Amino acid sequence: MRKSANERRLTAQRLAALFLLGCALFNYPVLSLFNHAGQVFGIPLLYAYLFGAWVLLIGLIAWAVERGGD
Amino acid sequence: MAQGWILVLASLLYLGILFAIAYWADRRSDAGRSVIDHPTVYALSLGVYCTTWTFYGSVGRAAATGIGFLPIYLGPTLMFALGWFVLRKIVRVAKANRITSIADFVASRYGKSQLLGGLVTVIAVVGVIPYIALQLKAVSNSFTILASSPDLVMPARAAAAPMLQDSAFYVAIVLAAFTILFGTRHLDATERHEGMVAAIAFESVVKLLAFFAVGLYVTYGVFDGFGDIFGRAAEIPRLAKLAVARDTAAAYGSWAALTFLSMLSVMLLPRQFQIAVVENVNESHVARSVWLFPLYLLLINVFVLPIAVGGLMQFPEGVDADTFVLTLPLAKGQEAIALLVFIGGLSAATGMVIVETIALSTMVCNDLVMPLLLRWKALGLDRRPDLSGLLLEIRRWAIAVVLMLGYAYFRAAGEAYALVAIGLISFAAVAQFAPAVFGGLYWKDGTREGALAGLTAGFAVWAYTLLLPSFAKSGWLPADFMAGPFGLELLRPQQLFGLTGLDEISHSLFWSLLANIGCYVGFSLRRSPDAREAGQAAVFVGSGNVGAGALQWGAGAPVAELLPLAGRFVGPDRAREAFARYARSRGVRDVEDLPADAGLVHFAESLLAGAIGSASARVMVASVVEEAPPDLDAIMNILDEASQVRAHSREIEQKSRELEAATAELREANERLRELDRMKDDFISTVSHELRTPLTSIRAFSEMLFEDPRIDLEERKRFLGIIVNETERLTRLINQILDLAKLESGRAEWTTSDVDLAEVVRESCDALSQLYREKGVALATDLPAGGPVVQADRDRLTQVMINLLSNAVKFVAQGEGRVRVAVECLRGEVRVTVADNGPGIRPEDQDAIFEKFRQGGSVLTDKPVGTGLGLPISRQIVEYFGGSLWVESEPGAGAAFVFTLPLAEDGGASE
Repeated sequence: MRKSANERRLTAQRLAALFLLGCALFNYPVLSLFNHAGQVFGIPLLYAYLFGAWVLLIGLIAWAVERGGD
Repeated sequence: MAQGWILVLASLLYLGILFAIAYWADRRSDAGRSVIDHPTVYALSLGVYCTTWTFYGSVGRAAATGIGFLPIYLGPTLMFALGWFVLRKIVRVAKANRITSIADFVASRYGKSQLLGGLVTVIAVVGVIPYIALQLKAVSNSFTILASSPDLVMPARAAAAPMLQDSAFYVAIVLAAFTILFGTRHLDATERHEGMVAAIAFESVVKLLAFFAVGLYVTYGVFDGFGDIFGRAAEIPRLAKLAVARDTAAAYGSWAALTFLSMLSVMLLPRQFQIAVVENVNESHVARSVWLFPLYLLLINVFVLPIAVGGLMQFPEGVDADTFVLTLPLAKGQEAIALLVFIGGLSAATGMVIVETIALSTMVCNDLVMPLLLRWKALGLDRRPDLSGLLLEIRRWAIAVVLMLGYAYFRAAGEAYALVAIGLISFAAVAQFAPAVFGGLYWKDGTREGALAGLTAGFAVWAYTLLLPSFAKSGWLPADFMAGPFGLELLRPQQLFGLTGLDEISHSLFWSLLANIGCYVGFSLRRSPDAREAGQAAVFVGSGNVGAGALQWGAGAPVAELLPLAGRFVGPDRAREAFARYARSRGVRDVEDLPADAGLVHFAESLLAGAIGSASARVMVASVVEEAPPDLDAIMNILDEASQVRAHSREIEQKSRELEAATAELREANERLRELDRMKDDFISTVSHELRTPLTSIRAFSEMLFEDPRIDLEERKRFLGIIVNETERLTRLINQILDLAKLESGRAEWTTSDVDLAEVVRESCDALSQLYREKGVALATDLPAGGPVVQADRDRLTQVMINLLSNAVKFVAQGEGRVRVAVECLRGEVRVTVADNGPGIRPEDQDAIFEKFRQGGSVLTDKPVGTGLGLPISRQIVEYFGGSLWVESEPGAGAAFVFTLPLAEDGGASE
């Protein structure tokens, strides 16, 4: 957690950007692109998309926060 | 598993384990080795967000709306991405102000208003008690289902049991006991409950494992993996629809509304605030929770849709989808898994109920009951020396009452709609805190009236559009309520002002937040914040400026008054301990020696705030301190002064940087002066030495002539010749020294005019031609016809030329020496070169020969040939006229002395 002020600023901006990314991924109209019958590896498309995007977002947030040691 | 006693035993065993964990964690905490001081434990304890509404209800929601259960968990993910800013700021402010609940937070922000604290408490209690009822119902239902297996009996169809045989009643009692034991063990100055948090973190693990177990069993035990479930579901039209969301604007709108609603709730639900803010051990724990908590939410949702779809295929009808997690394993005869699910559901319920009741009881005690009791003079509370016991009593009763209210609501509601929908209705209730909380964190001009008006309006609209309609749908209100009062269509609760097309939650959220924010902003802008509000705004918005809190007490008060006051509420011993710690931190040895200043009052106030809330604390402190708070101007002045001090300190920094630069310059100048001083000493000693050499020889020859009369004439003549030569040399030396001194001091006389440089060169060559002939040195000149004209002193330039020419002739070999003089014009300047074919000058000497008394060649081996001042003088002269003089040479290849002078403006075009 002993990060320099600059690094903290960067982390804060990354998280703000990820928040905006999440807002875009989890809402209309991006959502509507995946909202039709269809399957990925036997899993409904929308379901697969939402969980995939969710995993991606959590991963990115973790990357932003945990970089440079805690 | 018809025997209910197994379930009772398992439940008691589970609660016993919880109890043991909480007890152990409390003991560890007392020993100073906190188990919850870890970011992972913090993130897990946040999992209290997932109640039975998640554990059982998500599957039910998924069975009805497909993917529609997800926004409740995507919202918190988004909010926690912002948690780095928002949550950390709240935690920091809350710690600095010893905030004990969300009601306290709002009250404290708007000038420590008791009224505001009370209002937030009422909203929280009204909004959350039905939610507690839902937990009791879930436990009771799961108990009924398990106890009546292998028959699948839906609790709704089971005859309502009398209270004494009702499992929910006992659950409520046991939970009340548990919460009282761990929630009100002692009055902590910060209201933290380590044991409880450890137990909650453990419960989060249990419910996740239980849900994973049933999810894995259904997906891979009953069916053959995700693909199998969804593949089979795709063939049933009714189930295939669950895989896609409705593709309408309204559906996307309500999706966004739910996401937004859950974003707010995950911060504002009393239990979330309790765990995330009040129980936070270390602000840095927030960092890990921003991804670990969303990950928890993701994991607990992975199997929701497979279970829902699987359940719908297993039970085409007759089984409530909310019970699939339990009934699916039961139907397959997997009683062990069903028991695990039951325990998981129990953990989800107990976790929520424990934290929520602790949070509510703190609010009810600090922001509702205590302010009333303290105002009720007839009770004589102000004469009781120790009220800490009373405070604990009030909290215990508050816990019991909150739980009993929850139970009463459960009994009254039964299977009514009001209970089923309560999850989101609760969310919408606490969302009303959002403008006051987030506005208060980032907007300095919010006022008490603004917050009061916003909360009241938002709460009223929420009740009218969501709570009362849920009563109406349960049959507790006449059905024509939904048609609007007096049949006014515009006022229909769920189509307010004719707004249709939204689902009821989005509809209510829109109108209530519109009213809330509108009133909050509108009423806030009616006047500027008063002194107390401005002070608190400075503390909350500019979180670095926590000291501003102390500014609100104009006067001080002695320890003798403050210590007993604090002691009455937190207990005399604990108060004394806290005061002693404070004294040490201020470097005062004895508590009694603490100065009676505003800082001490502020300390006592925040100590009290930890026990009775900030609003009551202010009132209590005001009873012993002369309440003469400085007016707004004074506070603003002090805040201004603080910012001026900052500006000053920036100026001082700037000045000190300038000073440092000046010092460095001075040091440099000093160095240079020393150097010059040393050079002057060197110069004087060299000059003396140079003067002594000819003097010595003059004196020696004179003495010889004087003392020895027998020297013959020839010899005398030779001696006298030497004396004359040496005298001439001495004169030349002295002249040159004087010349140089004049040049260097700038006192030399210059007569500047247009000078034809070629002519100067020609004359100099003529003057020295005799010398060159004598030594047999060839002198060649290369001069342009109409000589270039420069602005200079003619005699001085001649001096330079003669110096260079005589230097050249000195250093070339007799008989075969050649010297070449060239004058050429180059862009704007004239360049004069005197080149010889002498021995040349070593590179390391090329600079040195321009120093005074330095000559080419080694001083030791070569006989000096000149005074060593000619070149320095020449360089001074050339530089005076804006030119430069240097040498180009390589050893063995001759030397070329070159000087340049700028061409005169009008005479330069001769080439």
